[in-house]
Amino acid sequence: MIEWIKALSRVLYVDLVRKRYWVDDRVDLFERWMGGIGVATHLYKEEVPRGADPLGPDNVAIFAVGPLSGIYPMTSKTVATFKSPLNGYFAESHAGGRSASAIRFAGYGAIVIKGISDRPIYLVIDCEKVRFRDAGALWGMSSMSVGRVLREVTDGAGFRTIIRIGRAGENIVRYASAVTETYRHFGRMGLGAVLGYKKLKALVIMGRGSIKIPFVKPYREIYKELWEMAVRSQVARKYHDLGTSENVLPLNEIGALPTRNFMSGRFEGAKEISGEEFAKNTLARRVACSVCPVACIHLANIREEYENEKYFYKTEFISYDYEPIYSLGSNLCIRDRFGLLKVFHALETEGVDAISTGVVLAWATEAREKGVIGENETLVPLRWGDWSNYMKAIYYLTEQPNEFYKVAAKGVGALASRYGGQEFAISFNGVEPAGYHTGPLFISSLITGSRHSHLDAGAYSMDQKLLLSGEGIPEPRKAAEMIMDEETWRQVLNSLVVCLFARSMYSETYVVRALNALGYGFTEESIRKLGKDIYIDKQMIKIKEGFIPLGVRIPRRLLETPTPLGPVSENYVQKVIGYIFERIKEIGGE
Amino acid sequence: MLACTSRFGYAGFNKSAIKVRSLGGFERGFTVITCKACIDPPCARACPVDALSRKEGGGVILDPNKCIGCGYCVDACDIGAVMWDSEWMKPIICVDCGYCVNFCPHGVLALEQVR
Repeated sequence: MIEWIKALSRVLYVDLVRKRYWVDDRVDLFERWMGGIGVATHLYKEEVPRGADPLGPDNVAIFAVGPLSGIYPMTSKTVATFKSPLNGYFAESHAGGRSASAIRFAGYGAIVIKGISDRPIYLVIDCEKVRFRDAGALWGMSSMSVGRVLREVTDGAGFRTIIRIGRAGENIVRYASAVTETYRHFGRMGLGAVLGYKKLKALVIMGRGSIKIPFVKPYREIYKELWEMAVRSQVARKYHDLGTSENVLPLNEIGALPTRNFMSGRFEGAKEISGEEFAKNTLARRVACSVCPVACIHLANIREEYENEKYFYKTEFISYDYEPIYSLGSNLCIRDRFGLLKVFHALETEGVDAISTGVVLAWATEAREKGVIGENETLVPLRWGDWSNYMKAIYYLTEQPNEFYKVAAKGVGALASRYGGQEFAISFNGVEPAGYHTGPLFISSLITGSRHSHLDAGAYSMDQKLLLSGEGIPEPRKAAEMIMDEETWRQVLNSLVVCLFARSMYSETYVVRALNALGYGFTEESIRKLGKDIYIDKQMIKIKEGFIPLGVRIPRRLLETPTPLGPVSENYVQKVIGYIFERIKEIGGE
Repeated sequence: MLACTSRFGYAGFNKSAIKVRSLGGFERGFTVITCKACIDPPCARACPVDALSRKEGGGVILDPNKCIGCGYCVDACDIGAVMWDSEWMKPIICVDCGYCVNFCPHGVLALEQVR
């Protein structure tokens, strides 16, 4: 077992202050916590002192992969941990592209970026060296342009990942993303702002090594079985055919598609921005992350005539997914696909999280309607559906030309504290939610989830199943258990690290078989135990950082707009939260 | 690439005779580079120690015992289809086994008898 762990246990530490790097063999960490989020959580604990400022010298950016990364199908995800500049707590964000295979085959299990550089730099990392390069000329570039330049000036085409920030990260928009391979993102919780504060414009990581497989025969068998599932299963088909945007119509139908700043769960223009219409009219190409046969990344193509030259066109490829379609489409009432894609493109080039941006703009639109703010604040008239003004507002978020945009760059919670309009400011603990107004389990999970993500427990899916089965809402205690069980298991998936789109194929049986073919000695019981340990650990970090779950405000709007399961009762949600944290503190020892 | 590398009992990209890369970022799409099995292979002509011998019907076979790891074959290939294993310091030569075809779900790769 140790042999195999050794193939993963090298941790690369990079000190941006002294421009130094070193590699430590952390068998201890990878033996106890396996990899991915398990290890990234512990590295965070080691590195970030209590009370550290997320925008300060003590915050770190940690990237980790796991034992299955690059080895089995659909293992393209890298886990990042850092302290979030949105809410000041331990945060986690995931991205695919080529990030995981590049880190893995460069010979690392994790990369820890410490300190703040005195001037803009980028890093070129391979199996032997880290090069610190001046990014003076790259500073101020869009995420697209910096990718284009770095592809030219560094080696390793086909083997490398280019993780970079746009102008939003440089200017510390607190929900700035880090973009990888142009279309994949460490989107949530503000990793882009953390990197921007460190003056780290990009990381180019080249991984072209290979790893000896100890038990080749079982490895090949399991590989083939998983590959078959990834290619032939219904679920994988869905992600390949229409992609995540397939969810637009079903969610609209049940009334769970957040519309007009969550005033409604149904959007009159849902059909125009559905996965079906995107595919029919604008889908140009599907691409896949490395080591994944599914190809869920959907790229639309828009063609635009140059203003001053007739018959001369600019063609752009723009990725689309369910979350941006909700946050900037239905939630801002944009039904014009062309306009919506232009907005997506603006987010991509600036490097800013789609969900948070959409929710901020929706609040601003409603606040203007209600007279809470005026044109002096927004500078452009924000009106539902008016995509060209929303685009201008996105550039203002990056540039922050006035007080309003400076506050808006801190999130919707900051806006409401400054200007009012609290009841329609949609955020939980400083984080704007994903697009599922499905019911009470989802709302509870946004508060109890260790990373405030819809993917913590996938509770939007639980709500939908309850609706479909007609069972109705379970007892709070039962709901709490459902949420905890799912989130616990997902810690295992996120430590392996497999893409959560592959969660149905990586069952307990398969996870154990896949690991043991690599020389591990897990049982279904021991792997479940590991998941639980990580879950408790993550929650306890946040509690020690001062997180008070029952103190999290539930936006009034979300209690008023009925979900498919009826209006959500605050009391019910509080009971679910109460039960979950009682259990956590019981196990976590406080 | 993973399938090809796994023929040797490894995971990763370093032993792959086939290469997939983008055409300048994901926005430009991808290209697949494979050996064309030339009738008159430049790689074999460039080899100073005759480690690459011509195969019937096109292509070459590597004799790793003869190979001195000079890398001339990599430079000689017009289409960049001779890969380099930086761990073993030898070229990776496609043997036309077609194993990769089994792992291409989207019909990009095929193994066909020509002529």
